[in-house]
This record gives sequence, C-alpha cells and structure tokens, in this order.
Amino acid sequence: MEKSLDPRIARLNIQRNEEGASPIGKHEYGESFEVFVQSRRGKQHVHAGTVHASDPGMALIFAKEQFGRRQHCVNMWVVATSEIFAFQYADSDMFETVPEKLHREPGGYKVRDKIEAYRKKISQQKADKS
Amino acid sequence: MYGGGYIPGQENEKPDQFQEDPVKLKEFEDRIARGEKIEPHDWMPRGYRKQLIRMIEQHAHSEIIGALPEGTWITRAPGFRRKMALIAKVQDEVGHGQLLYNAAETLGKSREEMMADLLSGKSKYSNVFNYPAKTWADVAVIGFLIDAAAIVNQVANSKGSYGPYCRALERICYEESFHLKQGHDAFVALATGTKKQRAMLQDAVNRWYRPIIHFFGPPDVASVHTEKLMRWKVKMMSNDAMRNQYLSSYVPKVRELGIDFPDPNLRKNADGTWSFSDPDWDEFKRVIKGDGPCNKERLAVRKWVETEHRWIREALFNPNAKYTLPLS
Repeated sequence: MEKSLDPRIARLNIQRNEEGASPIGKHEYGESFEVFVQSRRGKQHVHAGTVHASDPGMALIFAKEQFGRRQHCVNMWVVATSEIFAFQYADSDMFETVPEKLHREPGGYKVRDKIEAYRKKISQQKADKS
Repeated sequence: MYGGGYIPGQENEKPDQFQEDPVKLKEFEDRIARGEKIEPHDWMPRGYRKQLIRMIEQHAHSEIIGALPEGTWITRAPGFRRKMALIAKVQDEVGHGQLLYNAAETLGKSREEMMADLLSGKSKYSNVFNYPAKTWADVAVIGFLIDAAAIVNQVANSKGSYGPYCRALERICYEESFHLKQGHDAFVALATGTKKQRAMLQDAVNRWYRPIIHFFGPPDVASVHTEKLMRWKVKMMSNDAMRNQYLSSYVPKVRELGIDFPDPNLRKNADGTWSFSDPDWDEFKRVIKGDGPCNKERLAVRKWVETEHRWIREALFNPNAKYTLPLS
C-alpha cells in the first residue's frame, strides 16, 4: 500500500491489518429500533426510520444523531422493531368498504333547505293570523 | 451522496432460468405500471429483489467509503466555515450510508453480511472514491461536480418502485442540496481567486474529468435485462441519458468560470447528446474491480475500524459481563 495522503491514516501504520478484519458475527450490530420524531410541541410523533443498537438507550443516542441532526426536533421515541404489530399488505383489501360514505362526512348532512322551508312556513302562519 | 448509475456485476448476469408465478408477476407489474410502490413484505420476483439489494448496498458502501477522501481534508480545510461545512457533509454521508443499509436490509440481506462483503471485496462501490483528493481543489471538485453527478442519479432513482429506497433517497436528496451549494461555493472561490488558485482548480478538474465521465457507467447496450429493470422501475434512466443530462447542466457552469475539461472532443450535439474522447473503459473496470489508486487504502481503513473498534460493541452488548474469581 502506498503512503496515504491523509496524515492521520499514515500514522495508523495500517499495513499490519491488511490481512483482513476478524469476521463479523450474525446480528453483531444489534437489533433494529423504529424511530419516531416530534418536530415541535403539539405535533404528532412521526416515524422517521430505523437504527441498530444494543439497547433502547443507545438507540435513542443513534436516533438523535441520525434523525435529529438536520431538522428541528423536540422529542423522540424508539421502540424495538420486534415489538411492532402490523397488518399484512396482502390483506389491505380489508380496508375497502362501501364506496359511498356520505353518512360519515360533514357534507352528508344538509339542513339549510329544511330550515328555510320551516321559517317560510312560520312567517306565513304569522302573516295569516294578523 | 453517490450511487453511480452503473451497477457492477450486472453485465455478467446469467439469464435467470427461474420461472416466476405468472399470475403474481402480472399483479406485481400492474402495480408498478399504476405508479404504486412496492413495500418490503410484498411478493416480488427474485430478479427484482436481487438487483435492488445489489444496487442499494453498493450505494450504501459508496456513501461510507466516500466519506474517506473528503474526511482526509477536514483538518486542513481553509478556514473555520469550510471546516464546519466539511464536517457536516461527511457526517451526512455516513448518515446516508445508514439509511441505505436499512433500505437494503428490508430485502433480506443483513447489515453484517453487507459489511463483510464490502471488506472482502465482494461488494463494489462507486469508482470515484478510489482516486485521491490531492489538494483542496480536489475537495471543491468532489463537492461540486461529483455531488452533482450523484444528485442526477439519486433524483432519478427516488422515483423508482421500491418504497424504502424512495423514502431514504427523498431524505438524502434534501440533505444533498446543501452539499452541492457548498461545493459550488468552494469551486467558485478558487475559480475567481488568484492565478495560483485557478491553476490548482484546473489541475484538479483535469484529474477528475475521466472518473466523472466514468461515473454513470459504460454506454448502454440494449438488452432484455435492462429493459426489464426499466419496466420494474429499478433503473429509472439509462447511463447515457443520465450522463447527457449531467453534462448539459454542469459543463456550462464550469466553462462560465473560464475553467475547462481536458478533452477537445467534449461537445454537445444537435440532438442534445454529448460526444467525448474515448475515456478508457478498461480503466473504469479495473478501478471497480479493486485496482484503482486508492482501493487498498480505503478498504484497509474500513478493516482497521472494524477490528480496532470492536471492543466498543462488545462493551455495549455485554455491559455486565461477569468477572470470575480465580479458582486457586
């Protein structure tokens, strides 16, 4: 290996390690944690991504570096991915119901015509009496 | 920052004889044609999974290795502001590597396997990080021209079909915009500086011209394989299309400063494509395979980190490792 342009690397005398790193064991980097970020007080925590860590405390530290580095952030949650329960995408047809859902929308309730008719009727009655 | 458009290994691909379930394959292709994304636990063809793992993994390695040539210059960056910017940029690149490893992991290859394949030389990364950053002007060229090339590639890929990769790329592209701006700023500072600074910048541009032309990979060869990857929205643009788009945007931005590329044949044709001299594609292949000026050093540093820092992981995972009293 030629001498490195980087003085820090040149000082490491790295040749002795050139043979190769010791093998990396299975799951050596730890389990994954899902990270939820709250951008301001009053907003929801929103899923931002995943980190690998030895425990939840380290996961919070990595989450702060990874997801709190650039954007404004006031709070974070982490939870082990294995603790998340989810539906399967293959079952997503279960979310399909009747196409017409006016009964659960504000626009499904129109009362103005009835009120107008009622007021017209009342004022007519008053006029008839006098 | 940087996954080149080129995915090493794909040209040696033997045609996969495996027959996919035609009904599921049609559902999958229809979903992509409708513009819907594919999510991790969806059914997907073997070739799709394999190609995505390779592409995202190599992109991740490029981020991690890419931090090395620039990291070299942190201690010597001229001035406090440039030093701060370079630290922030290098930190972002490593963060991008993490995001991409996560995206690749959702496809079933563990992070440990990916790192092992990088260290053994089995997995590749972008050609450009196997060249040295000799002077500060090289850092300016990397920050401006290499990042710009990476952005062309990443913006195209962020419109691909695989959900986790798109999500990672959206975040990456947002962060890259500052990298490009600070690179352009450093580039312009040298270009508009003293005679010596201009000469230093021109030298660096001369050194990086060929790796930049190589970055997007060799000219496209029409193949069934490529056609399929485009249909599955794994590959969003051809190598030549990306290179042409890049040259059209950035060659004028270099030339307006009175700096030029060391190639008399570099010019835009009437149809919008670009011509350039033969950039020696054999050199490109050698560098990808491991025989570039800095391949050995880059991997040696990664191996050193993996070996010398292992004790930290061991301490974290076994904080209460029991001490045993001597028996006698």
